[in-house]
Amino acid sequence: MEKERELNRILATDCGSTTTKAILIEKKDGEYRLIVRGEAPTTVEAPFEDVTRGVLNSVREVEELTGRELLEGEKLIYPAKGNRGIDIYVSTSSAGGGLQMMVAGVVKEMTAESAARAALGAGAIVMDVIATNDRRRPHKRIELIRDLRPDMILLSGGIDGGTVSHVVELSETIKAADPKPRFGTGFELPVIFAGNVDAREAVKERLDKITALSIVDNLRPILERENLGPARDAIHDLFMEHVMAHAPGYKILMVWTDVPIMPTPGAVGALIQTIGEKQNINVMGVDIGGATTDIFSVFDGNFNRTVSANLGMSYSVSNVLTEAGMDNVLRWVPFSLDKNDLGNRVRNKMIRPTTVPMSLKELKLEQGIAREALRLALVQHKGMAVGLKGVQQERTISDAFEQTASGATLVNMMDLDLIVGSGGTLSHAPRRAQASLMLIDAFQPEGITRLAVDSIFMMPHLGVLSSVHEKAATEVFDKDCLIRLGTCIAPVGIAPLGKEALEIKMNGDVIKVNSGDMKLIPLDEGEKPRAVIKPSKYFDIGEGRGKEVEATLRGGVVGIIIDCRGRPLVLPTNDAERFERLNRWNKALSIYPDVKEE
Amino acid sequence: MAHAYTPGLKVTTNIKLRKERRLPLKGDVIVKIGDKVSADDIVARTELPGDVETLNLAGKLGVMPNELKQFMKKNEGDPILKGEIIAESSGFFGLFKNQIESPIKGTIETVSDITGQLILRAPPTPVEIDAYMDGEVVDIIENEGVVIESKVTFVQGIFGIGGEAQGIIEPIVHNPKDVVEAAIINESHRGKVLIGGSYVTKEAIETAVKVGATGIVVGGIDDAVLKEFLGYEIGVAITGNEDKGITLIITEGFGKMNMSPAAFRLLTHHKGDHASINGATQIRAGVLRPEVIVPLEASTKTHKTKDYSKGVEEGETVRIIREPYFGIIGKVTELPPDLEVIETESRVRILKVKTEDGKILTIPRANVEIIEA
Repeated sequence: MEKERELNRILATDCGSTTTKAILIEKKDGEYRLIVRGEAPTTVEAPFEDVTRGVLNSVREVEELTGRELLEGEKLIYPAKGNRGIDIYVSTSSAGGGLQMMVAGVVKEMTAESAARAALGAGAIVMDVIATNDRRRPHKRIELIRDLRPDMILLSGGIDGGTVSHVVELSETIKAADPKPRFGTGFELPVIFAGNVDAREAVKERLDKITALSIVDNLRPILERENLGPARDAIHDLFMEHVMAHAPGYKILMVWTDVPIMPTPGAVGALIQTIGEKQNINVMGVDIGGATTDIFSVFDGNFNRTVSANLGMSYSVSNVLTEAGMDNVLRWVPFSLDKNDLGNRVRNKMIRPTTVPMSLKELKLEQGIAREALRLALVQHKGMAVGLKGVQQERTISDAFEQTASGATLVNMMDLDLIVGSGGTLSHAPRRAQASLMLIDAFQPEGITRLAVDSIFMMPHLGVLSSVHEKAATEVFDKDCLIRLGTCIAPVGIAPLGKEALEIKMNGDVIKVNSGDMKLIPLDEGEKPRAVIKPSKYFDIGEGRGKEVEATLRGGVVGIIIDCRGRPLVLPTNDAERFERLNRWNKALSIYPDVKEE
Repeated sequence: MAHAYTPGLKVTTNIKLRKERRLPLKGDVIVKIGDKVSADDIVARTELPGDVETLNLAGKLGVMPNELKQFMKKNEGDPILKGEIIAESSGFFGLFKNQIESPIKGTIETVSDITGQLILRAPPTPVEIDAYMDGEVVDIIENEGVVIESKVTFVQGIFGIGGEAQGIIEPIVHNPKDVVEAAIINESHRGKVLIGGSYVTKEAIETAVKVGATGIVVGGIDDAVLKEFLGYEIGVAITGNEDKGITLIITEGFGKMNMSPAAFRLLTHHKGDHASINGATQIRAGVLRPEVIVPLEASTKTHKTKDYSKGVEEGETVRIIREPYFGIIGKVTELPPDLEVIETESRVRILKVKTEDGKILTIPRANVEIIEA
């Protein structure tokens, strides 16, 4: 990162598949603040086929809304002086379906999994993982590469000094497939080799002539360590040089930006990583979109990202129903709904993805589906955010009582400090309490966890900005991007309904909550009272069953949500009983307006 | 956003339609600009690379990979027949020869001295594309395909399954509210594109497949019926490759839904005419909707179509596309500029719609689509 230079006005855009969003940040009284956000339809596809049209339109909207002059014709004005010009322009992009990759490694659970993590971390969608032990016949692998037409392939395999023949076999598979990129016929497909150093020459011999081959350091040089940085950097470089450069208008946009354009999820990941590191916390970010749901997490400094490519709220909403099953969706819905009706409603949303719920019932149903999309995305994330597999673990006698296999998930909900939600369903829920409860129901945080949402989806902009000016990015994130919802206190355990679950002493008050209940304590943003939380003998709040914890609680636009429904959360299967509970919880947290259901 | 509405589906009496016909890989275009083509005329052809077969040759011969080349009877690039000897180890004193035969006809692509693997490629598969609709070749995409233009009646559906097909239009109900039951489908419907009303049963679809009907165009279908017919659930709306023996086009949506009167009128008017249909649907970037195309005489005068890109206007006919009013058709009476709070407490841009029975409904603009005519 270059030395943070003096920037007074920053312009950032995110070119999404449907909308290009521009934000303007200015330094005022020594701190960076968001001034305004403008948006315009993305213009990558016909009839425009030039991404810069959408960028210019979104910047013009920023000009109109602020009265600043940022463009002279179609050129950005530098530097910022008075009401004119900017000091830096940065951008992210997910237009054209984002970055779609295939990865390959020798052993599925080892080098291939590390390769998948590198690709996901760089912001790619992993279309498929090929490994020598994936039980596919070689010709099937070749067909797969040819049919999927990825934007890029990451080939890994073998620790340094390990197997050569298996890696060469994979390169021969790629060669036989003779893959062609999705965009720009006539161009060579970028392939990154990040495997055994001893196999480099042989891989080069096979792939150099037919692909745009880059060779970087091994992403798994020894079994016990991943080295994903060089492969991720190479993915970002090649994304710019090969994939984006062939998308309409990007050659010009690349000249305009002061730092390389980042894939949108890669930028969000960079921001989440920065937050985790700066605040020394375990943090999880989730972005639930129309087609995909991304989850980013930092646990004890380990960053992971997953993208659930077919879990979303519009284009992929049907798939949420298919994957979760009707019963799992209906368990969140506090009224009876015929399954055929549910199926029809969901498929109708899929074929007309831009519609919005206009009745309360439809809103409740949609938020029920969102809970399942989020839950399934977290299951996938837990499966990918794991310790390295195949590693010999040194154990002491104390470990004998706490056996964890290699490859166990790094996601520990009790250790999680902050969840940041993003995407229309969470950021634009009519009541903020709805976003809070969707996150709580889907993720089931344990112990004490802060909740927030991204106000206007500017995490991508701030992520790419953090690569050049961390201060500006973190200040705007803290003051303008995050809407602090409050804190969730959720003891782990199960007790008979109605038994005392928890007692909280805070601000001179004593609050008691029984098992099976939820309670909301309003606490404004900025308030940080110390509290003593004492769980009953059935429950654990972080220190063991019945052991009290003293902590600083943070307020927010919703407040403190005490969730004594138990973990894991189990809903009654009897409809009437379930409706009664869901309605009681909704009422306790004032989730929906008080309209009598038919 | 300036245009918070869903552009409607086209139901057009006659327009000039252009269709791009592209090969999956570069190849030869076999027509020229100005040629008149029929729907089933071939316009371009190419060859897809053949499938690949791998053979662990070193393992089969019992030799080291780096020794492999000395045992080869054929070299990289050589054509080979099925059963032909590829490699041979000499054995003891020339006895007990170990001969490896080619499992397929094709060419030897690579022999690896590191893995000992042999890659064989089968002969290429020829691929041809037809014109899909009657018309004239108006443009050539060099080595890739052509653009066909024709004056047509054009009806778009909202969702479909099955790919391109052709057939004679045959209305099988009298009213857009009628349900398509198995009992009204018979042997005379072979090769026909059946026009239905509000709903189709699973038995009706199965009967249509049995009698060899080309397609069914209908207002609605139950999700459960589609699932039973396909044998799986549709997760993401990318369709067109289903091989179920019929192309199904749904014009309104899931559930029982009357076909829009305009579409029904138009399709029944073309009874007996030849149509090109396609169920392929894709709702993500680059929207693709299913379609019914009926080519018209070249001399037919085309109507000017209205430009709907500016969004919905007062007096326009729209269809509500979300519960609890799904499927209701009405006229826009008011377009208030300010955001309004609806029942969900969301603040959205709305419009007011007067329904056919005179009721005024307040609807988010995102929840209507213009009925383009």
